[in-house]
Amino acid sequence: MMVEFVMLVMGVALFFYTVLGGADFGAGIIEMLTGERSIRTISKAIAPVWEANHVWLILVLVVIFNGFPKVFSTMSIMLHIPLLLVLVGMIFRGTAFTFRHYDVIEDSSHRYYHFCFRASSLLTPFFLGMTLGAVILGRISPDLNAGFYAVFIAPWLNAFCIGMGLFTTLLFSYVSAVFLIGEVETEEGRQIMITYSKRSLIALMLLGALIMALAEWSGLALFQQFLAQPISLATIILATLLIPLIFRTIEKRQINTMRVLVGGQVAVIFIGWAAVQFPDFIRFNDGTALTIYNTAAGAATFRQLVIALTVGVLIILPAFFYLFKVFKQKV
Amino acid sequence: MDVLTAARMQMAFSLGWHIIFACIGMAMPFFMAYTEWKWLKTGEQVYLDLTKAWSKGVAIFFAVGAVSGTVLAFELGLLWPGFMEHAGDIIGMPFSWEGSAFFMEAIALGIFLYGWNRVNKWMHWVSGLVVGISGVLSGIFVVAANGWMNSPSGFDYVNGEFTNIDPVAAMFNDAWFTQALHMTFAAFCATGFAVAGVHAILLLKDKDNLFHRKATQVALLFGAIAALAMPITGDIAAKDVAKRQPAKLAAMEALYHTERPASLIIGGIPNDERQEVDYALRIPYALSFLAHGDFNAEVIGLDQIPDDEEPPVLITHLAFQIMIGCGGLMLLIALAFFWFSSSAKRRPILLRNWWLKLIGLATPLGFIALEAGWTVTEVGRQPWIIYEVMRTKDAVTPVPGIQYSFIMILAIYTLLTLVLIFLMRRQIKTVSLLYASANKEGKVVKDKATLEAALKE
Repeated sequence: MMVEFVMLVMGVALFFYTVLGGADFGAGIIEMLTGERSIRTISKAIAPVWEANHVWLILVLVVIFNGFPKVFSTMSIMLHIPLLLVLVGMIFRGTAFTFRHYDVIEDSSHRYYHFCFRASSLLTPFFLGMTLGAVILGRISPDLNAGFYAVFIAPWLNAFCIGMGLFTTLLFSYVSAVFLIGEVETEEGRQIMITYSKRSLIALMLLGALIMALAEWSGLALFQQFLAQPISLATIILATLLIPLIFRTIEKRQINTMRVLVGGQVAVIFIGWAAVQFPDFIRFNDGTALTIYNTAAGAATFRQLVIALTVGVLIILPAFFYLFKVFKQKV
Repeated sequence: MDVLTAARMQMAFSLGWHIIFACIGMAMPFFMAYTEWKWLKTGEQVYLDLTKAWSKGVAIFFAVGAVSGTVLAFELGLLWPGFMEHAGDIIGMPFSWEGSAFFMEAIALGIFLYGWNRVNKWMHWVSGLVVGISGVLSGIFVVAANGWMNSPSGFDYVNGEFTNIDPVAAMFNDAWFTQALHMTFAAFCATGFAVAGVHAILLLKDKDNLFHRKATQVALLFGAIAALAMPITGDIAAKDVAKRQPAKLAAMEALYHTERPASLIIGGIPNDERQEVDYALRIPYALSFLAHGDFNAEVIGLDQIPDDEEPPVLITHLAFQIMIGCGGLMLLIALAFFWFSSSAKRRPILLRNWWLKLIGLATPLGFIALEAGWTVTEVGRQPWIIYEVMRTKDAVTPVPGIQYSFIMILAIYTLLTLVLIFLMRRQIKTVSLLYASANKEGKVVKDKATLEAALKE
């Protein structure tokens, strides 16, 4: 039971990272598309919260290396390159954003920060998605001597993983656009976010279908797996049914309902994927896998992990919601 | 450069860089909690101005600390998968607590930085204090994990297998307390001296500037108190090292031959080939006393350590000397500071040119000592990554080409360092315009043209 509880907390953390941390990355993408006029809104919306949002990823990382050390070391070796690229993106995104935000005045030096912030906001989720794609696809080689390309490149540099990278990037920008509908101060800005939200949602749907096709083409029967697993099938249907509802709330500009629905949609996609993936962590190209069971640390470690997570959740969640409450009040 | 060297260099560089921001994040919130508290009590503008000005610097440094900390968390696996595979479940506990503390820190910092008009004054002050407390806790947890590498406990190691894992015993290993104690004071010492030094240099140009006067005073107070504590916490840590890691102590002291009683070797250049230290100053009996509290105690030299378990002597010894040297200078400055501050007659000395120049020159001392101290503890543990259990070379990643990632990280961090210097200079140049207590007229100027002109100077 402890293993499942820890996995649940990790899933929740990953979900929060996607909707909150994802919205922060997405904001950079939207800034790239809309330019100067959205800088102020975006800075104001994400400055107080992006660091706290970023910690959800740290939480996921800590749970993996504490609870499933073999998974952490395997990922670190096999997916070294995309993970390193994710890291570089995170460095540039965080520093560029903070540097420009706290600088004394805006002048010509800021164009470098703008560029770094936007480019890294675009590329980080892309590489993150590629990494995730590699975990799902199962081309990771358990044999380190199979050659540099086969071991360190092929598992993540392929059509399916590129599709996953695009999907993640688009998902983050979609979540962000929906979030920003409620944050922008001008009608013109709001219209831009509304249009982007709708278009990205449709694009996501199409991209989702394309990914299923790419998986098929890469020899992974992802779609059949989704169909065969009742939970996953239900989530696909639910996620699709939510689309018209989300469109309607966007039309009517019901900010809170829209955010909850989009959050729900992301959660549903997550659950669907988790049900297909369970209990595998990393799939190898010889058919074997590292699962949550064959890599879980001992009971003593898990007891401590459960305590730490429970205490953490009890202290952090109220504080986290307090932070959001404070910054959602109009002053 | 082979993969092992590259991985070690990358780790050393990432860690050495992160430590600076981590320490600022540990100490600065307390400086600000002090000034904000003074403001709440006295209503004096200068204390509010200081809190706000410092908080901008902290916001920038904190973000750099957060991303460079993330880099380290990933690098544990990217560079040392062999270590994490076996150590992850044993020392994950302090890391998971560190994660929680870091979370609190980020949340509280959001409220502290942006909540000035959104939460009440005391809630704001409390949030600042929470930033500091969780920052210090984060530091202690991470150092506890490092302590475990020096003093592994909480498992049985049989035939290359780690069994009977007890994460609590691993976290509270023999080294965690002495290391965390020394590190926490070091953070305050280094940050205090660095901040005081910068403001002292600015004060030299404008002696009446109330803002820089108070800033120097507050920062130096924290730094000086910590500087007094450093020899004591250092002595506790050194005695512990003498007991647990004789090889490290021997390398720190460049003690090639076991001695009873042992002399303290100060300075000098260790020569591995001749097994001697050239140009060193020796104080008889002193090492025996410092290491074991007994003037006639035996101190184990490198001759009793198997050749393939000896740490690099030159680096460890020199780093140790640098740390002690900088620490000694800061101790003298601290003593002088308290002596001058203790009577109204002597207090004007604290504004004399020579004193301000001295404080200005001391700006980097704390951080130099801190980096040197980390070099001692990390290089002095070699060739082990887990002392006497796992060698560093057995933990390194099998991924080829780490040389390139090292060069990349080196280039990125160098670039960021330059940008940070550029940004801090801009903050400093505009301080007298942005804060009423930092100029004679008591004015606040925020229009862009004036600020731009100030930046061009």
